[in-house]
Amino acid sequence: MLTVLFDGIAYGMLLFVLSAGLAVTLGVMNFVNLAHGAFAMAGGYVAVILVNRHGVPFFAALPIAFVSAAILGSVLERTLYVRVYRKSHLDQVLFTIGLVFMAVAAVDYTLGSAQVFVELPAVLKGQFDVLGAGIGKYRLAIVVLCGLITMALQFGLARTRFGSRLRASVDDPTVARGLGINVGGVFAITFAVGSGLAGLGGALGAEIIGLDPVFPLKYMIYFLIVVTVGGTSSMTAPFLAALILGIADVAGKYYVPTFGAFAIYTITIAILIWRPQGLFARAAAR
Amino acid sequence: MATRLFATGAAVLALSMSLSAGSGAQEVVKVGLILPMTGQQASTGKQIAAAAKLYVDQNGAMVAGKKIELVIKDDATIPENTKRLAQELIVNDKVKFVAGFGITPCALAVAPLATQAKVPEIVMAAGTSIITEKSPYIARTSFTLAQSSVITADWAAKNGLKKVVTLVSDYGPGYDAEQSFKERFIKAGGQVVAELRVPLQAPDFAPFLQRAHDAAPDAIFIFVPSGQGATLVRQFVERGLDKAGVKIIGPGDVMDDDQLNAMGDAVIGTITAHMYSAAHPSPENKAFVAAFEKANNFRPNFMAVGGYDGMHLIYAALKKTNGATDGEKLMAAIKGMAWVSPRGPISIDPETRDIVQNIYVRKVEKVNGELYNIEFATFEAIKDPVKAGAKM
Amino acid sequence: MTTRQPGEHKQEIADHLASRADWRPFEIAFWLAVLATIFLLPDRHLLLSQVAILGLFALSLDLILGFAGIISLGHAAFFGFGAYLAGLMAKHGIVTEPVLALLLAGVASALLGWATSFLVLRGSDLTRIMVTLGFALVLRELANRMVWLTGGADGMQGIDVGPVLGWFEFDIAGHVAYVYSLAVTLVLFLIARRLIYSPFGLSLRSLKDNPRRASAIGIPTRRRLVAIYALAAGYAGVAGALLTQTTQFASLAGLDFERSADVLLALIIGGTGYLYGGLIGAVIFKVMQDWLADLTPQYWGFWIGLVLVLIVLVGRDRMADTASHVGASVVELARRAVDSAVGRDRPAEGG
Repeated sequence: MLTVLFDGIAYGMLLFVLSAGLAVTLGVMNFVNLAHGAFAMAGGYVAVILVNRHGVPFFAALPIAFVSAAILGSVLERTLYVRVYRKSHLDQVLFTIGLVFMAVAAVDYTLGSAQVFVELPAVLKGQFDVLGAGIGKYRLAIVVLCGLITMALQFGLARTRFGSRLRASVDDPTVARGLGINVGGVFAITFAVGSGLAGLGGALGAEIIGLDPVFPLKYMIYFLIVVTVGGTSSMTAPFLAALILGIADVAGKYYVPTFGAFAIYTITIAILIWRPQGLFARAAAR
Repeated sequence: MATRLFATGAAVLALSMSLSAGSGAQEVVKVGLILPMTGQQASTGKQIAAAAKLYVDQNGAMVAGKKIELVIKDDATIPENTKRLAQELIVNDKVKFVAGFGITPCALAVAPLATQAKVPEIVMAAGTSIITEKSPYIARTSFTLAQSSVITADWAAKNGLKKVVTLVSDYGPGYDAEQSFKERFIKAGGQVVAELRVPLQAPDFAPFLQRAHDAAPDAIFIFVPSGQGATLVRQFVERGLDKAGVKIIGPGDVMDDDQLNAMGDAVIGTITAHMYSAAHPSPENKAFVAAFEKANNFRPNFMAVGGYDGMHLIYAALKKTNGATDGEKLMAAIKGMAWVSPRGPISIDPETRDIVQNIYVRKVEKVNGELYNIEFATFEAIKDPVKAGAKM
Repeated sequence: MTTRQPGEHKQEIADHLASRADWRPFEIAFWLAVLATIFLLPDRHLLLSQVAILGLFALSLDLILGFAGIISLGHAAFFGFGAYLAGLMAKHGIVTEPVLALLLAGVASALLGWATSFLVLRGSDLTRIMVTLGFALVLRELANRMVWLTGGADGMQGIDVGPVLGWFEFDIAGHVAYVYSLAVTLVLFLIARRLIYSPFGLSLRSLKDNPRRASAIGIPTRRRLVAIYALAAGYAGVAGALLTQTTQFASLAGLDFERSADVLLALIIGGTGYLYGGLIGAVIFKVMQDWLADLTPQYWGFWIGLVLVLIVLVGRDRMADTASHVGASVVELARRAVDSAVGRDRPAEGG
């Protein structure tokens, strides 16, 4: 039972890291970025190629995955996304889905259609036996890593100058600009960080949820679920939402297997009907 | 507004120009190859297309005085696309064969069309037993899932595995594999202590492996789509289930040759039953694998050999009818055809038009730094057990 | 300005509103061109039949998205529902005549829409997206499990559809299928058009613009939303039933997320809110997809993605403007040509 709980937590935290960037772009910049999964895929493939083909240690490949996805994110943001900010949400949907199609085909062309796997370092293989519960080493690493990242994000948002500038830009971009805050720059950095996080999530997730060229299309739904259920008004909300969903999903499949596949969808619907703005959102000023 | 009128008119004109259809020519026999070239099953399409092209390159495009022309179309595994593409190929391009079909619904959607148009439908990939029953014009060169599942049960029973947990994906092929295995295994005296079903989308195998672990079986019978098999086996190893003495068995779909090397050493020792391994030690296979790897940068898998043999069937049928392309004559020629394929000796059952082939039990081992499925037991001339059983 | 009596105002307004419902030249040209394809493009009827079905499906989405502002990423739920119903009716011989089966499938889908309308009444765009998506995926999983009813992952086989209206058998070249799909789409389009320009339709538009103000002047917003959602669901169900009847097959692909996504893409490409967006978008999307897939069976996704990205970057307004400018210049040239042929002198037109 403890193992199931732990597995659910690990799964949930992985989902959070993957979705955090999307929550940020949606909540902060009011931009529907359905191509978010593509950045996750990019980070994942970078890690896979570095570890498998070039023998880079796994722990070194992770930050490189983060950085490459962040760079990809900022380049695309400065060149393409910035032209689409003012457009309607529907246009943003069309634009980002177009990007996803291109990314999927490009990866298929260059790296093949088959699923890829990361060679884990020996220290992450296997599991610990703690109080009769099997704690997977890799999953433990995910929990620890994602926990640190979450704390860093929360700290960055609440305690740093950049964080206050970000929160100001979210609350009222016009006034923020009036105060001399470079709103465009803030958004650009935020987008880059969000994409980098996605890339990191993709690299971490390759072992648990798999990685192939169709990844962005397959998992978009799950990222959207986390972001919507959590609401976009803070960082803790999607975190808790991801945890709840992860645990519910895993526990549901364990205790009620026939119901398993429905669990995540019905829970999402139920939560959203009960609280349409997301679980933790206060009445939005938007 | 008049401007909208012209915009619309111009658009329609442009579209009609781009929609002009092609037509067939005499002395050319077109073969419509409808494959999933994009989407989740893209690797299947890639493998079969490569194998079909290889066959044509090796054997030349001329058969019995006719020139073979392959027309490859992508259906993205959406059955209405498959049907429409098959229809267009038959009506507009006048193809004499439709072939390919990555998944069962795509093959089934085209069945009534094959009957109506009297065009042979050569199934090179899909593996559900009922497919060949849906039209007298269907012949299959791939496999049926039941063939492998049943042999797995036979082998498991003979090798001292008494308690088994089945873990399959929650969809049609998963149910088929589970049923075929269970029936045969129980008949042979074994026990299925738990039947687990994993959702097809976004599977996290953790809870299911935990359940399997709880049941303390001798082995876990798995069937999941090929990409997920590797993740499953890796998580199985991560949880230490292999050290607990639990074996993994199942149809060889999960130990796909195309992905084997990428799966990592965790899968070494996995035992599966299947109709093809790239390591099959026959001269025909060695030549096939060498030529395939040279032309493409990846290893052929069981889908590729289905495509390769499908082309052989088409060529052989045309030779037998002396180039006649009448559907009935071709089907008559196809029934009972037998030859040595890279996978081993195969034949087309004249009663069911389904493939009869050897099923090999093999284990994953590292040879020359690469992972291969090394065959160690052979069950010969296995017919599809579901259709064979229905007759008894 | 002279003061006028209230009654005169009323008449003016009524006339103005009535004139909005007049048929514009581009609409007539559009339908003439469409009807012409029956005779001019006999080879492509199979593709065009699927274009018509996608167009009808996109039209149904336009009803809720373009006119009521409800965004749905799970509209395939009704499409697939109608598709399976039509399949069941044909397979078990309950209703063998297609048009009747179509009507029944449409009504049943509308009922399903009515029953689930509560899902979309509250919440932001994002909420609606997820709830509709969740519902469609739940329905898909149900269809996957109920193998005895739907055929599960293998799909529903053995669907034998009778001749349309008892007379026209579906032929292998797809001619009957196309004319049938087109006729159904046209009829449903006309009904939708009538509706949009009626008081009901106008109330929808005011609802979309400003729900609070609309309810303040007495428009029952909830009832209107439920009504249009049910109607859109019915239309989507008819589209799904059409697909089953013209292909004699029903599968889980009708309930897939990709199906909902494709129809949304088609509608966005064509533009929402003027009823033709779904139809035009369906033509562009499907024809482009078919053409690209012919050129490169494996990597057409890349080119389609590129086209979508370019459409947004260039901007559909700019494209429409350019098309208008081109069209206007052509009209002007034609007018001048006609006049000089007739020998009439015309003062130089400004601009």
